[in-house]
Amino acid sequence: MLIEVRKKPFHAYAEMQYYLDSLDIVGKYGATANFVGSMRDFNEDKKVTHMTLEHYPGMTEKHLEAIAKESIEKWQLLNVLILHRVGKVNIGEDIVLVATWSAHRKAAFESCRAIMEQLKSGAPFWKKEETSSGTKWVEKNTPGY
Amino acid sequence: MQVSVKYFASLREVIGEADSILEIEEGTSVSSLWQSIIGRKSIEFDNVMMAVNMEYVKPEHQLKTGDEVAFFPPVTGG
Repeated sequence: MLIEVRKKPFHAYAEMQYYLDSLDIVGKYGATANFVGSMRDFNEDKKVTHMTLEHYPGMTEKHLEAIAKESIEKWQLLNVLILHRVGKVNIGEDIVLVATWSAHRKAAFESCRAIMEQLKSGAPFWKKEETSSGTKWVEKNTPGY
Repeated sequence: MQVSVKYFASLREVIGEADSILEIEEGTSVSSLWQSIIGRKSIEFDNVMMAVNMEYVKPEHQLKTGDEVAFFPPVTGG
């Protein structure tokens, strides 16, 4: 399991491959599921130029670790990777990566979705957008279900 | 007793500071601490989230000396 809050841009798929290569699960996993959230150039009909992401150092990592550990136990996952950006994020950059590995697809799919939704609703991150009409804190996330 | 208090994101801007050390009475709940802060600052803030020692807590959670209390708006990561 790897949980990281990153200040610099990352390429989600390269990170996923890099992490997988470091694991000794070849032959054991039959399913990989992932979610990548990336920076759009619009939100609620407004043009967004960039945004700044803030977190609560310590609590954010602790919260994500708890989510990942519970998921590993619940779905008998072989591994979990969660990366999340903070700081200034530009259009097109990856914001979040959740990847899960399991023997069969049901566990990988369901856990990836569940981790992402728990991250969205509970992990202490906050977005501030620079839009065509000024700077604005994002007040709530769009529903995932 | 003393507790440290942190504020994040839009709430930090509304409060005007990122953290502070506050003197409170033994047995104070996290929600009554919140009420005293917003009363003293004369601010309104809906849907505040509360954590103690980096774990979410219920409003009635009783504080202990040295606790790290955090108040913040609904989270918007991902």
